[in-house]
Formats: sequence, C-alpha cells, structure tokens
Amino acid sequence: MRQYEVTFIVDSVLSSDEIEATSKVYQDMLVAEGAKIVHTDEMGLRQLAYPIKNRTTGIYYCFEYQVETGDLISKIDLAMRRDERIMRSLVIKLDKYGIQYNEDKRAGKIGKVKKKGSKDDSKGKGKPAAKSKPAPAKVVKPTPAAKATVAAPVVAAPVVTAPVVETLTTSKEEE
Amino acid sequence: MASRDDIKFLSNPKIGNRKKKYCRFKKYGIKHIDYKDPDFLLQFINEQGKILPRRISGNSLKYQRKVAIAVKRCRHLAMLPFVTDLLK
Repeated sequence: MRQYEVTFIVDSVLSSDEIEATSKVYQDMLVAEGAKIVHTDEMGLRQLAYPIKNRTTGIYYCFEYQVETGDLISKIDLAMRRDERIMRSLVIKLDKYGIQYNEDKRAGKIGKVKKKGSKDDSKGKGKPAAKSKPAPAKVVKPTPAAKATVAAPVVAAPVVTAPVVETLTTSKEEE
Repeated sequence: MASRDDIKFLSNPKIGNRKKKYCRFKKYGIKHIDYKDPDFLLQFINEQGKILPRRISGNSLKYQRKVAIAVKRCRHLAMLPFVTDLLK
C-alpha cells in the first residue's frame, strides 16, 4: 500500500459550484480507481507567486490517498493536464516520514513558522499591508531597548576601564 | 597572579568568534520537509528567490537535497516565485 498526495490549483474565475464540482470529479475518480482517500485538504483561495495564464489567484486542493498500485497516477495526471479548469497539479509519493508529518499536522502538533514581525499573518495576500503594519511596531519597540542598551555602556564604560588600569598598575607595582 | 576571570578587557574578547553553524533538521529531528509551507522554505532562499548554499544555511547534505526538492515543488505550485526581487 502506497500513500500519495495530489495537489492542484483550480482556476479562481470559475463559480464556487464549478470549483466544487471540479474537486468532486477527481475525488470520485480516485475512489472509482480503488483508492482510499485518507484526507482532503481545501487550502482555499491563495495569491499565486507568479501569474499563471494571466491569473493571479487560485484555489488550492490537496488529496491524500492510499492505493495498491501506481497505475492510477498517470491517469489522474493526464486527466488534470487536459482539464482546462486546473492550472497546476503535482502528484507526490509520501515516504513514512511524510505520512507521519501529515498525521501530526492534522493533529495540530506542527506549528506555523513565525518570523519576527513581518511574517506574522501575511500568507501571500495583502503583502504591502502586512509589511506596513508590523513596521511601526518594530520601530517603536526597539527604541526604548536600544536607548537602554546604548545608555548602559556609556555609564558602564568608565567603571570597566578604570579597574583595568588599576589592576595593571598594581600588578606592575607588585612585581 | 590574577586568573582569566579577574582580568577585565578593554574590548569584548568574544568579538570575532563565529557561532558554529548546524543543521537544524538534524538538531531538532525534522524528518520531512513540507513543500506546501512556503513560510518555512523562505528561510532557505535569498532575496532573489534562489536556494541558499549549504555553506550559508548549514544544512547537512541529506537535508539540503530535501530542501532543494521542496523549494522546487513549491515553485511549481506557485507558492514561491521562480525569480523575483526584494522577497524579504
């Protein structure tokens, strides 16, 4: 039994009924071929990183399924290539770590990567807005801290330097 | 004779000491790299969207290969750009 994962992007210009129908077609196709669907993930509307067929958004779907033989893969791949409603597709065979990862992800054990400030909520869409929002927070936060850090060495510096001179002189005297 | 801890240096003696790079996948036991998570993969590409070399990212060869594959899959699905500018 092998586990595969097919991800595809449906054209966002279509109506929601058509989009659902498209995903249903492939879901039925998998079941008809004897595959056992483990999980279906509707990732929803996303901004594309680059335009495909002059479209800048797409609806992402991901099906994870188990199947005995790999004959189905070429069929589903060909069907998706011929289908005009589908912009991109990718079929992946999952190894044992991949299966484990997906299970953990569904159980909510895997958290999202959060980068300092700028990548908090931005997921492709609204990039300029997301960037501009955290920016002021960034500017505001460091200033008190920066002041403190800047101020501290100035005060501390003479205190630190003085003993060095003293120790040096004392050691010389001892000699 | 004063021990090293007692000596007060004029400048920080740790300046110039580089932190050793490590493979985060080995260190934290990450076995699978998800190609559907562009935010994570963003750590392994530069501003132009190029994959960072091992000497910069510190990945072991095994996981560098996996990262490269994941980034390429991600690009195919239009979650990461092939070429760009000012990505970060």
